[in-house]
Formats: sequence, C-alpha cells, structure tokens
Amino acid sequence: MILRTPKRAGEWVDRNKKINFTFEGEAFPAYEGDTISSALWAAGQKVLGRSFKYHRPRGVLSLANHDVNVLVTDGIDTNIRADVVEVKDGMVLTAVNTSGGVKKDKNSYIDSISPLLPVGFYYKAFHTPRRFFPFWENVIRKAAGLGVVNFNYPRILKRKQHSHCDLLVVGAGPTGLTAAYVAAQAGLEVTIVDENSQAGGSLSYNRGGVHSNLTELNDLLSKVASQPNITMHTSTYAAGYYPDHLIPIVSASGITKVRAKTVIVASGAFEQPPVFRYNDLPGVMLGSAAQRLIYRYGVKPFNNGVVVTANDYGYRVAFDLLEAGTKVVALVDLRAGVNGGICAKDLMRRGVKIYAGHCVYEALASSDKSSVRGAVICAYDDKENVALTDNKLTLECDGIAMSAGWAPAGALLYQAGTGMQFDYEVQQFVPSRLPDGIFAAGKVNGIFELDQRIKDGTRAANEALRYLGLQAPQNNIEKHVGISPSHPYPMVPHDKGKNFVDFDEDIQIKDFVNAAKEGFDNIELMKRFTTVGMGPSQGKHSNMNAIRILAKIRELPVEKIGTTTSRPFFHPTPIGHLGGRGFHSHRLTSLHDWHQTNGAVFTDIGAWKRAAYYPATGQTKEEAIQAEAMVVRKSAGIIDGSSFGKIEIHGPDGAEFLERFFTGTYKTQKVGGCRYVMLLDESGVVVDDGIASRLADDLFYLSIGTSNAAAVYREMQRSQQMWQLNLGLVNVTGALGAINIAGPSAREILATLTDLDLSYESFPISSVRESQVAGVEVRLIRVAFVSDMGYELHAPMVQVPHIWNALMEAGQKHGLRPFGSDTQRLLRLEMGNHMPGVDTDGLTNPFEIGADWAIEMSKSYFIGQRSLTILAKRSLRKRLVPFVLAQNFKGEMPMDCNLVVDGRDILGRVTSISYSKFIDRCIGFAYVTPDKNEVGSEFQIRTDNGSLVTATVVKTPFLKNQKGA
Amino acid sequence: MPFRLLKYALTKEHPAPRFFKSHETPKKSYDVVIIGGGGHGLAAAYYLAKDHGITNVAVLEKGYIGGGNTGRNTTIVRSNYLTPEGVNFYDASVKIYEGLSEELDLNLFYSTRGHFTLAHTESAMRTMRWRAEVNKHVGVESRVVGPDEIAKACPQLDLSCSGQAPILGALFHAPGSVARHDGVAWGYARGADRLGAEIFQNTEVLGIDVINGKVRGVKTNKGYIETKQVLSAVAGFTPRITEMVDLETPIVIHPLQACVTEPMKPWLDTILVSGSLHVYVSQSSRGELVMGSSLDPYEVHSTRSTLDFVEGLTSHMLDMFPFLSNVKVVRQWAGMADMTPDFAPIMGKTPIEGFYLDAGWGTWGFKATPISGKTMAQTIANDSAPDLIHSFRLSRFEDYELTGEKGAASVGH
Repeated sequence: MILRTPKRAGEWVDRNKKINFTFEGEAFPAYEGDTISSALWAAGQKVLGRSFKYHRPRGVLSLANHDVNVLVTDGIDTNIRADVVEVKDGMVLTAVNTSGGVKKDKNSYIDSISPLLPVGFYYKAFHTPRRFFPFWENVIRKAAGLGVVNFNYPRILKRKQHSHCDLLVVGAGPTGLTAAYVAAQAGLEVTIVDENSQAGGSLSYNRGGVHSNLTELNDLLSKVASQPNITMHTSTYAAGYYPDHLIPIVSASGITKVRAKTVIVASGAFEQPPVFRYNDLPGVMLGSAAQRLIYRYGVKPFNNGVVVTANDYGYRVAFDLLEAGTKVVALVDLRAGVNGGICAKDLMRRGVKIYAGHCVYEALASSDKSSVRGAVICAYDDKENVALTDNKLTLECDGIAMSAGWAPAGALLYQAGTGMQFDYEVQQFVPSRLPDGIFAAGKVNGIFELDQRIKDGTRAANEALRYLGLQAPQNNIEKHVGISPSHPYPMVPHDKGKNFVDFDEDIQIKDFVNAAKEGFDNIELMKRFTTVGMGPSQGKHSNMNAIRILAKIRELPVEKIGTTTSRPFFHPTPIGHLGGRGFHSHRLTSLHDWHQTNGAVFTDIGAWKRAAYYPATGQTKEEAIQAEAMVVRKSAGIIDGSSFGKIEIHGPDGAEFLERFFTGTYKTQKVGGCRYVMLLDESGVVVDDGIASRLADDLFYLSIGTSNAAAVYREMQRSQQMWQLNLGLVNVTGALGAINIAGPSAREILATLTDLDLSYESFPISSVRESQVAGVEVRLIRVAFVSDMGYELHAPMVQVPHIWNALMEAGQKHGLRPFGSDTQRLLRLEMGNHMPGVDTDGLTNPFEIGADWAIEMSKSYFIGQRSLTILAKRSLRKRLVPFVLAQNFKGEMPMDCNLVVDGRDILGRVTSISYSKFIDRCIGFAYVTPDKNEVGSEFQIRTDNGSLVTATVVKTPFLKNQKGA
Repeated sequence: MPFRLLKYALTKEHPAPRFFKSHETPKKSYDVVIIGGGGHGLAAAYYLAKDHGITNVAVLEKGYIGGGNTGRNTTIVRSNYLTPEGVNFYDASVKIYEGLSEELDLNLFYSTRGHFTLAHTESAMRTMRWRAEVNKHVGVESRVVGPDEIAKACPQLDLSCSGQAPILGALFHAPGSVARHDGVAWGYARGADRLGAEIFQNTEVLGIDVINGKVRGVKTNKGYIETKQVLSAVAGFTPRITEMVDLETPIVIHPLQACVTEPMKPWLDTILVSGSLHVYVSQSSRGELVMGSSLDPYEVHSTRSTLDFVEGLTSHMLDMFPFLSNVKVVRQWAGMADMTPDFAPIMGKTPIEGFYLDAGWGTWGFKATPISGKTMAQTIANDSAPDLIHSFRLSRFEDYELTGEKGAASVGH
C-alpha cells in the first residue's frame, strides 16, 4: 500500500530522484528528501519501532524529533532519529531494541506483564535475598538501553568553529524569519538557525487546506534572501544557552560556537499529545506530524482518519487530511459548546462528522496490535476531565490525528535564566522576566495567530535593536485573543490504562497517580521516580502533561507545580561533535629530535616530554640507568634540562620579593652567588624548591623543577598582585634551554669550550657566571645536585643543540654520554638529595625533611611562616630518613610507596628506593616515626608480596668522598 | 519475576503507601533539627531514631529531598583512599551499603562492578601503589594491576588512549560500586519517617539562634523552631549555614559538573577513572554512560553548566573509547562541592555547643552517606564524636593534623 499524494508545491521530496533502502530486511522505495520514517510510512509500514520499557509497537508520533518512537541502526551508527534523518540510497536499517525484529519482537511479552511492573518497580523488588540481586540486575540491565554500540565505529574528528554576530535568531519559522529580516534591514549582522532541513517552521506544513501560507512563506524567504547580512543555517540546532550569550549551534558537520550580542528565541512550540488509552498505537499521531507528512513529504497519513482536538488546529488538520485524500470520519472536540464556526460548517459540508464535547476514549488496535482499526468515542466532561462512557460509539478508522495543545520550546530561555509564568489565557508557560539581551517571540511567547506572530517577530527585532543602542519603534507584545490554543487538561482516564504520557519511557497516567500516592508529589521527585522526561527527548512531548497531571492530583494551580530544570542539550549531541579534535599539549625541548635519534625513551613530566634514559640494544631500563649513572660517576654525562622552570625577577625589589616568597634570605646574596629556594604554602607544606642566582643587583634568575614551574610562576604573579613590589616577573621557561654537565671530567670538558676560569677558587659551588660557551652567551650555574662536579648551562633554547653537540664532541675522549631524567633520579639519590613531590607529599612540612637549615624564621614575613611558628613548637609526626638495605640484599626489592610497618601500625612509607651499582647497595628515603631518626636505627619495609625487609638509617650523602672538588 | 511485585498486579488500588508523610508546619520544638534533606541529613535522622531512639527530629529541606548533591553525583561508592583513617571510614560505609537495600527494604541497585583508577604516568603508578599498600594493610581489596587485566575487564578501552596517554596500569578496587542515588535519599527518608522523624520540604533555614555559645533555635520560612541541637548537612551550602553561627571553616565552593548519554545496551561493566584524562565513567542500569570530570577551577556558588566542561570531558572520553563519536550526550548538570584543603570531610562537634557539622564533602559525599549518617547520629546522641571520625574534626586545621586525601581524589581535582 503506497500512501503518496500527488505532487504538491512546496514539498521537500524530489520526485525525480528515486532511491531504495531496506528496513528490517524488506526493500522500500523513497524519494530524495524523505526522512526514513516518511519513506516507511509512505510505503504503508506502520510498526517502525518498539518502546523502551514495554516493547509496544510504535509508529510516527511527532515526525519532529520530539519523541524517540523510531530509532534505527544501520549497523554502523545507532539510535538514528528516523523521523528527521534523511534516507539515503542503499541504507540497510533495522529498529533498535528489539529481539527478533520490530514486527515480532519477542520482548513484547513485557507489555502483557506490565501490571507486574508498577511505577518504580525496580525499587520494590529483586533485592531480597541479596545474593539473587546480581542475577536480576543482569536481566534488567540487558532489558534496558536502546541501541547497541558499534565498537568499530571510527573516531570522527569534527571541526569546531567560532562565530560572532549582532543577533542570533533561534528558529526560522515566520516569527524568526520576520525578526531576522527586520533586524538585518536595520543593519545588524544576523545569524538564524533552524533544525529543519528547510526554513519556514509551521508555514511549511500547517496550511488548513488552503495555500496562502505557502505564498506567505515564499515572500518571507525571498525577503530574507535579499539581505546579505543574514546568515541562515538549516539542519542546525541551537544546543544550549551558556553565559554571555554563548550558544553552540550543531549541524552534521560540527559545532559552531556562536557568541551573539543579542538573541531572539523564536523556537516555537512542541505539539502535546492528548492522553487516552492506546494513544501510542501506530497510526495515532500528532496533527502536526500528519501535516508534515502531507506537505513536506507528500504522504497521506492514513485512509480513514479521525481527528481528536481541543483547539482550532485540529480543524486545520482535518482540512489538510481532506486535501491529502484522507477520508475524515469524524472530528472529535474535547470542548463542549464549541461550534467551530465557519470551519466546522465547511467540514460538515465535506462529510466530516463533528462531535463536540467528546473524547476519544480509546483507540482500537488491529488483531496484531500493529495498527489502528478504530476509535471509541464518548462524551467528555470538560470540567471534571472524565469520559462519560454511557454512550460509546465506535468509529472505524486506520488513523487518529491529535491536536490538543502546545508546550513552548523554551529550553534556551530557561537555561538563560528567564522567569516563566503560566498564562491561563493560552494555558502555557510564557516568559515574564527576560535576561539582558535575550528576547522571545512567537509561540514561545504564547502567540499563535500568524499575523500576530509576524508582528511579534518585528517587535522582538525592534527590542533587540534598541538593546544594541539603535533607534527602533517600541511595540507592545501582542496578546492572544480568543480560545486558548492549548487544552488545560487533555487527559482521558481509563480503567485499563495504557494511556501514555511519556512515550520515551512508557509512562501512563496511573504511574503519576501512584507516584504521588507514594509521596513523590512534587515535580522534581515525580520526575525522578517515574522517569518522566528523562528519556532522550527530555520531556519535549511529556513534561507539560506531567505538570498538568500533578496539578490535578494535588488540586493546585499549574504555576504552583512549576517545571523541572532545563539543561543542555536541546537535542542529544554527539560526543564526537563535542569532543571535536581534542587538544593535548606537549612541550618539546630543542633537543627532542636528538634524543629521538639517539634512542631515548621518553617520559611525561608535566606537559614536557623528557628523555628518561637511552637504552642500548638489548639493554633493560634498569641496565641502561645504571650504565648512564656509572659514566657520570667515573667520567661525565650531560642531561637536557631545558624543561626546568626558569623565571627572571627584574627590579630593585627582587630580593624583597624572594624573601617573602621563599623561606631563605636573599638581600645579602652577592651578585654571582646562588642560593637554595624553598616554597611553602600558607599551611607550611613544602611545594617546590630550586636555585636563585643573582645576576645583577636588580636581576635574579630562578630555576625550579619541571612539573611545578607553571604553578609556581602563577603563584608568584598572584603574590606580586597583592604585594605590588617594584619588579617584573618574566617566565623564560620556554625561551631558555639548559644542559647539565656532571661528573669528575665535567670541568675539563667544559674548559675546552669557554675562556671562563672554571677553577674552584674563581667559580666555586653555588655561584653563577655569564660567559660564552662554544661561542654562545651562557649562564653557567655551578650545581651539585647529581654530582659534586657539575655545571648547568642556560642559553637560548634554539642554541642549546649547538652547545650540546659541541660538548659531546669535546667530551668524546672522556667518554661523555647523555643521561636521562630517570638516571638523574638515581644520581640525586646517591647524592642524598630529596625531591619535592617525590619525597614529599601534600602534607609534608620542612622540619619533616630536615630542611630547617633552609628557613630564616627571623624574617618579618614569608609564605608559611605563621604555620611554621606553630609547627616548630610541636613534636614531629614523621621524619624522612636516608636508609640502606643489607649489603648484598637478595630478597624481593621494595618499591616506592611500600609501607614502613611495625606489626599493625603504619610508621611511614618508602618515597625513593633504588639499587646503586656504583655504591653497590640498595639506598633510599623513607618516612618513619621520629624515634627512628637516629643513624643505625632499623625499620621494616613491607614489599608488594608481603615480605618484610629490614632497612637501616644512614647519613647522606650515600656516596663517599664526594665533598666538593 | 519476584513475588513481591504480584500485589501490584492483583490489587486494583495501588498498594504502596507514602514513602514519607507530608508535613507542612513544624512543631514548636524538636530535640534535634537537621538542616538538609539530602542523603546525609536523612541518614542521620534515620540512625538517630534507629540506633539511639531519638525520634523528635525535624529534617528541614530548602527544596526537595535528595535534590542537592545526592541527586547530582555520579553514584560511585568506593573505599580505596590514601590515609588509613580515610580507608577505614569509607570501608565502614561500603559495608553498610552492601546490606542497605535489605535494611531499608528498597532496591538501591547497589551494584558491585569493580573500580579501576587508571595510571598514565610513573608518578600516578607510585600513588596507586601507595593507595594499594594502605588499602591492603587496612584490609580493603585494592591492588595495582597491569594493562592486561584492565583490557580483560574492559576490552573496549583503547589502552593507548589514542596514543595520547598510554595506560601503564591501574589501581583495581574490587568493592567499587554504583547505586541509585535517589533511592538512597528516599530509602533513608522512608526509614526516618517510619521511626518518627518529620521531614519538611520547601523549608528554608533563615537563621540559627546562638546564645552564649549554645544553640537555642532555628528560624525558618515556616516559623521559629526551638532546639538545642542542630546538624548542618548541606554540602555546597555549608558556608551559608556556618555564617549564621559565625563559625569559620576553610571550606570553599567549587562547581563540579557531570553529564549523561542516551541509553545503549550494556557494554561497560566496570567503573573507570582516569586522573590524567580527568574522566570517571560508568554505565547505569538504564544504559546511560554517566560521566564526570574535575572540579571547575574557580570558586563560584552556582550550579550552571559550561560548554568547556563537556567539550573537555567528551574529548577525553574519545581518547579512551574512540568508537563513541556518534553516541549522544543527553544532558549535563552541575553541583556545588564544598572543598576542604586536605580533601577530607569536616565532621563532628564545633566550638558552638549543640551545633554539629557534617560538611566538606567535596566530591566524595555520596559514598559516605550511610557512615556519615551513622557517626553523626552517634555524635549528636552522645555529644561526642566517635573515633572513626576523629581525623575529620574541624579543629584539625588549627592543630595542623590534616588528613591528606588529595592523592585519592577520584580525578585530578
């Protein structure tokens, strides 16, 4: 059975372009421009999907992505919105969430046992006895969910764009188009978005049997097209509202983040289903869905139709059905005493029986429950909202169109913080207090008549213009006149239920009644208990009816019930769109290529990639590290330290700043000298340490660890904001690179590349010099972090490779080799140097690591001083101690973070541990209780596998005979 | 199909009674007033009645019960903390949770799925080992596992994270669970209500009367209530309550955001957390992926959502699960987290006689709901905090005896 109408002006399908696809194994024809659902419906396919909970057969409801009756998969993608996704030639589609196909879904038995599954049933059972719960959970988990995810779906990198405009108009219906045109004429840069593939909104389908709307639409579209300063995006939805008018608009190709100076929300209204028994049968659809089928896709919705309505729209739908060739058996109007005026007479003349003050009591299902075979109607008490079932009448039909009211598509307004109030004249929430720069127009404002909507679009545009400081007339908001477009309570109770309110979640009237009986009688609790509005369509077709039902139950006016919170997204938005290309920032030193060429294994430290070690062929990590360390101890090695934090402090107050920021003294520091710096937080916890070199009276050069550099610099800036000292801070971490050459031969190698006197007398430990090395201006710092003999060479990042290569060449005969950051850790451990963040944690104070010597308490202030004053009076809770394991230890090697235990008590933990080949001993640092602080004290470390290893406290450095050189 | 559901099919009238009575106006006085009708406040009311026979209790809730962080969190329950004090405390909570559905006779869908905290760096591996060692020592099932074991539990996970942050290992915590957060609030509410406590929704506290350092009463939008004992259990609103009694705490409020996808058939059986990628994710019994990330980096007293958050989170989700490109995010939301300097809660007595604090729950409050209710009830009943929460006392900040849990926060907050 093919339900195509003759070709009609304005339709979206291209009848010259025939395509084919399959659904559930059956072949179907379609035209280009069809959606999957419209093509299936045109071919007489009624059951397009199965419902989430009861697996009831479902067909077209809104044809507008306001419900998820029809979700399909093509085997690649899932949960495809068939109502709005264009069908493509060769598509192979099946419905999601069925067992054995959409027609004979084996899970449809759930519908027949639904009395066993009352609202919130999963809270009420399956948990006793406890041991059976995992079984039931598994059953329920499998039953839940919609489509099956395809694990081979490719990662799709969607582009992201930013866009700015004077005015963003959301919704390209008559209101939005008018607003855009008026604003553009006044010179604004306007962006207008609409989720439909063509602009026009209800003008494109709501015709009431006459075609003046089409003319009106074409006029509007050509006006809009004449304005070069209007950018129109169709097939694009405004996904949410974020502060400062940030509105991401989403299309198939990606997200555009629109930052608008002002926004007009003309997003229209969602048609709301009246609620009666079996209102979910395939063939029962919203009036607007029927109209969309007819005018957009050239599809006759059904052959013999009944219209149930409670507003004027139903009458228009009846005309449109007649226009499509449907025999309209009857028009059932919930309202008593409405004669429908000229429309009604005209309809009657065309053979449509009108039943005012009547309702559809129930739809009758065909024997296989796959379609409608009739409608039972009866009188309706419009005051009490009950069906008067004494004289029921059965009308034969194969479809029912429903038009009983609307709910504003106000998501963006709510998200922007608009105050909404319930307007009883139109039985709808409308904006009462709009945020700055946001305007509402058209149906969201409760304005439904076409001429009034056009005026309202003009008014909103004028308000936007005035908001932007331009001249524009001031108009009042149009007031709806006449009968309300929405029925206050389009609900028909039925003893046997199955009168659906939320089609996503299979929620019936009785579920609300029962939820309220159980105490869930405010809208937020009701939402959570019944799950109304929690499905993928987020209540577009159900929230308003839920509010009305709760108001009725509680005998309160609707505005006392309120609404649930609207949150992004307006339509579910793909992760690939939101995640986009992603962004992982990595920082590379200028020697990165060299490290790579020379076989380095890299490690991530903060944002930096550092060479960790350079394994020779067949070498393990441990062997490589020991080999590198051995060369440093016996000859010399070089390490790329370009990732170290490097900060310059320029200005006369530099020393004052350092004294406040760090624990030590700097005012007495001589030019050419270096001093240790230790940063605490206000609670006295060690944050970081490093070296401050004084290059001039008014210039300090700070080098600190890699991972904390950004945070320390940020904290310095924050402090300077407060202190307002006479200085400037410059982060030169990326501008300067650094090389550390260390080991007994370091001086000899370096001497071949510089004229600087490197003798101990003229360049002792803890001093800084500026000189040329290999022809490059370098800051040389004499450090003793990994070896007693070592120089850090700081130079412009781009020149570092040149120095590195010169050193490698000069050091060749000494066996100079590179070492990595993992080796550096071993070397500094051998030297007895601890590292913040490795040997300290978020609670460590300087006394616990024996750093008392680095603190000058007599200063008037430094960060953390107050806390240290208090802590100094307390006894220590833990102490970091250097330890060794037994000579020739052969057991299970303890690891970092293994605990120091005494029976059931945790005394501390290992922070660093390593075997040192050079010393031929296992050495490390550990926290212990202060009573174990003495050299020679023993404590026990528990290894991963539970064995206890005895460690002995020693003195640092672990290396002997490494006292200066 | 369990027989318990039969009565619904066999009776015409819905046989289930109200979970909790609807009280409009509070009485003149109560023995205890609990501010905050979230999980914690309701659990405290329940245990006050059940364990201590104190039933003349009012729970005051500004909005609706469970509508704060109880209804906004990502429902993960675990005890793999870093300090022995933390591990013991959360382990006690897990143990109550395991039997809570039966105790409250409400199916909380307490589902033990196993919890992996992924490590992408050597330093993260160190922290995992530290946590594992402390957990094991205290008797909690946690261990460091390698990529193989992770792949076995979640074969869909890209272990290289799109080459951006290869997974080196994880802390595996077998008892890690998820539960129905709403159910926890409702179950405790029903339990407390049946034992005599009175729950008032839409009831806002406007002030607390303190005379000579002692609590004397509470001003509400529904009138004045005399009481000598007040428990504040309001999560992100803590500063507003402590202000009323001039109590200083180091709590600052940061938003914490989350989002959820549309339902799909179950595939993710475990709970996954990645500190480096700032992601935690599990799949709900409805089939949705429930996802969260780090705290917003700024202090703000608001539950607004940001686009940045969901962009960052989804980008990292794609690193872990590249095939999710076209799975859709349905909804995002935010809660307000009351953060403490050491990432541990503040519980127990305060310098004000009769004013008790259950606060500083940051991003870890849901998992502690049962035990915090139980221990706060004990604190109120005895006017003395039990040992289990001694480490969480407010005075620890003055005493420089913090309980450092930052390393065990679920993601890099």
